[in-house]
Amino acid sequence: MTVTHDHTHAEHRQSFITRWIFSQDHKVIGIQYLMTSLLMAAIGGFLSMLIRMQLGFPTWNFYWAQWLFPGGFADFKMKPDFYPAVVTMHGTIMVFFVLTTALSGGFGNFLIPLTIGARDMAFPFLNMMSYWLYPPAIVILLISFLVTGGAAAAGWTAYPPLSALRNAVPGSLWGQTLWLVSLALLIVGFLFGSLNYITTVFNLRARGMTMSRLPLVTWAQFLTAILMLLSFPVLFAAVIMLLFDRHLGTSFFIPSGLVVGSQLVTHQGGNPILWQHLFWFLGHPEVYVLILPPMGIVSEILSNNSRKPIFGYTFMVGSLSAITFLSFLVWGHHMFTSGMHPLVGTAFMVTTLLIAVPSAIKVFNWLATLWRAQIRFTSAMLFAIGFVSLFVTGGLTGVFLASPAVDIYFQDTFFVVAHFHFVMASAALFGLFAGTYHWFPKMFGRMMNERLGKIHFWLTFVGIYATFYPMHFAGTAGMMRRIFSTTQYEFLRGLAGMNMFISVAAFGLGIAQLIFAYNFINSWIRGPKADRNPWKSNTLEWQTESPPPHGNWGAHEPTVHRWPYDYSVPGATDDFIPQTVPAVPAVSGAAVDESDGKPT
Amino acid sequence: MAHEVADQERILASPWGGGQSPFAVGWPKLMMWLFLVSDTLTFAGLLAGYGVMRISLGRWPVQSGIFNIWLVGGMTFILICSSATMAVAVAAAKSGDRKRVTPFLLATVFGGLLFLAGQYYEWSHFIHEGARLFSNPWGVPQFSATFFITTGFHGAHVTGGVIYLLITALRWARGRIQPESIEIAGLYWHFVDLVWVFIFTLLYLI
Repeated sequence: MTVTHDHTHAEHRQSFITRWIFSQDHKVIGIQYLMTSLLMAAIGGFLSMLIRMQLGFPTWNFYWAQWLFPGGFADFKMKPDFYPAVVTMHGTIMVFFVLTTALSGGFGNFLIPLTIGARDMAFPFLNMMSYWLYPPAIVILLISFLVTGGAAAAGWTAYPPLSALRNAVPGSLWGQTLWLVSLALLIVGFLFGSLNYITTVFNLRARGMTMSRLPLVTWAQFLTAILMLLSFPVLFAAVIMLLFDRHLGTSFFIPSGLVVGSQLVTHQGGNPILWQHLFWFLGHPEVYVLILPPMGIVSEILSNNSRKPIFGYTFMVGSLSAITFLSFLVWGHHMFTSGMHPLVGTAFMVTTLLIAVPSAIKVFNWLATLWRAQIRFTSAMLFAIGFVSLFVTGGLTGVFLASPAVDIYFQDTFFVVAHFHFVMASAALFGLFAGTYHWFPKMFGRMMNERLGKIHFWLTFVGIYATFYPMHFAGTAGMMRRIFSTTQYEFLRGLAGMNMFISVAAFGLGIAQLIFAYNFINSWIRGPKADRNPWKSNTLEWQTESPPPHGNWGAHEPTVHRWPYDYSVPGATDDFIPQTVPAVPAVSGAAVDESDGKPT
Repeated sequence: MAHEVADQERILASPWGGGQSPFAVGWPKLMMWLFLVSDTLTFAGLLAGYGVMRISLGRWPVQSGIFNIWLVGGMTFILICSSATMAVAVAAAKSGDRKRVTPFLLATVFGGLLFLAGQYYEWSHFIHEGARLFSNPWGVPQFSATFFITTGFHGAHVTGGVIYLLITALRWARGRIQPESIEIAGLYWHFVDLVWVFIFTLLYLI
């Protein structure tokens, strides 16, 4: 009781700054993470348009682009050394500053306490700190476009010696240092976040919320937090070593005998492969950091809109856990061409193929959930189904690439670009869209426009296949992953037409996202008011107000009586039974548990 | 139905049934444990880097001729002693012996400071002899680089721990904190000691 009173009083006392800017409320922090990530998505997306502009139309003049990036263009054409900087920043922003922050920082913060019936995270102050390391990291990253030499250009994987030698490429001068510092800040922010997520799920579940009654979206966030807690510190150690190599003369990653600009490099004895091991020990779990939260989001939305229980809940939790565990044992499949022992490569192939098993279990369970269901095609549902499609398309090429013999041919070609843009990038993006359409009413108390949502879905779905599917063929034909123009080599010239098509599709895809931006902002301002539970969902967050008040639950915290997937239970009056409804009166009055969620 | 109600009662009574901590610890202690797991992996990354350097280079200076094993052994002994005084402080806080806590916390701080003094002496001695991050008189440059980075990262942890323990001692003396906070500080301090045992073994002995 005292806690409740503190919360209600606190709300009246809060100024604008403590309530909306330096807020310790998990819902505000989640929305801050989501909004900042969407802004970064606009920047990262714009960079991808520059990439497609260059690859599709390498001979055209781009007057506006030279005005925007005076250092990156000459004679209205992109400079060859600016192109890798654009690619690097596009990858870095999208992986770390958009998908990780939006899916884990945004949805994790917003949903974890709400779905487990807690009033907030375990340590709200640390949670606020986690968010407030993110804007400085963004500023440092973006400033690198303006420093001497421009932004980092060694790829989002920052392989040495390109990233370690300050005179290797222009972006290696200062851009790479800012890149490393920015990432280090973000890693600390992720550490604070994941400490809170794990502790909150363990200790702050409402009465009756056993782990086996946890919604899958919460399971996914919980396991993602474990992944982040264990993988990011290793990258942190590698970042420290790389910074020392760059500025203090050590040689962890710089081998002997390198010649740059006809001068012998004084560093000697380092091992660039060490960076690859340390980076991919993070880097591979990181792609599951991007895909597990969408898997949870999609499971939730598919079950809710099929009006059926999720098929195989236990197997869904088990496969999420198996993926989490296996993701730490597969990093070597990124390094088949690094000269590793073939036996080691084979071992990594086996663990990689093993991951296909839990992934396939998930896909079949999603399909079985849809099977013979009365499907409600909301925008969120369309994006959830689209996720399954993209995940399968991208996952199948993953099986190709897991085999060392095949990978040696495909290494660093557009085939790889196509693979990860389907399985990780687009699929995670679809999870992000699905989650936004689904939880927008809970976040802002207003409904999004469904008609615009569906138009957005179809344009995005077709746009993604049109953009990324042809890249498989470009890669098979040998087009290199980071080549800056199809005019460079004779054998690539035949791919010019295909690249033009890809670029036009990508521009359409980019423009389609403006519909989402308009829908988001317009619905926020003047969308129709949402009631508590517009999707007739069972999970706890839908049993309180939209948006939930500070402290989430009013006077009484909810008590959980059942699992979250009691949809279309035979004999029940409604086709859903919220988790707060006790077992005994379930058949008579299933709507809302009157003791919960009412404001005092 | 009766069956389901009985199920619900069983669930509410179980440690994993929600509304309580399944491990019977508060979130601060759980969070410290998780942080230490994460920090372990940072140290693991640095030590793996050290191992790869040493193995891939194939040649490494003979440490016994370079390190003063008596100095480092003494530093290790002091750090382990400070773990013991920390344990006494934690036990005293738990048993309600309020007055014994602060002196033993301060003794732990003193042990940490002695360790740092030893490290300062060792570092300045090396630097005086010509060791740098990028070179040293005894052999491959990675020898001094891994030495400075690993012991430096650990030294930063000890320094942080000394500050953390001083604040804890001050807050305890003023009656601001519960015995559990002493225990959490103890977890951190024991972790720093344990990491040192690994560093001592891997960098100095093997």
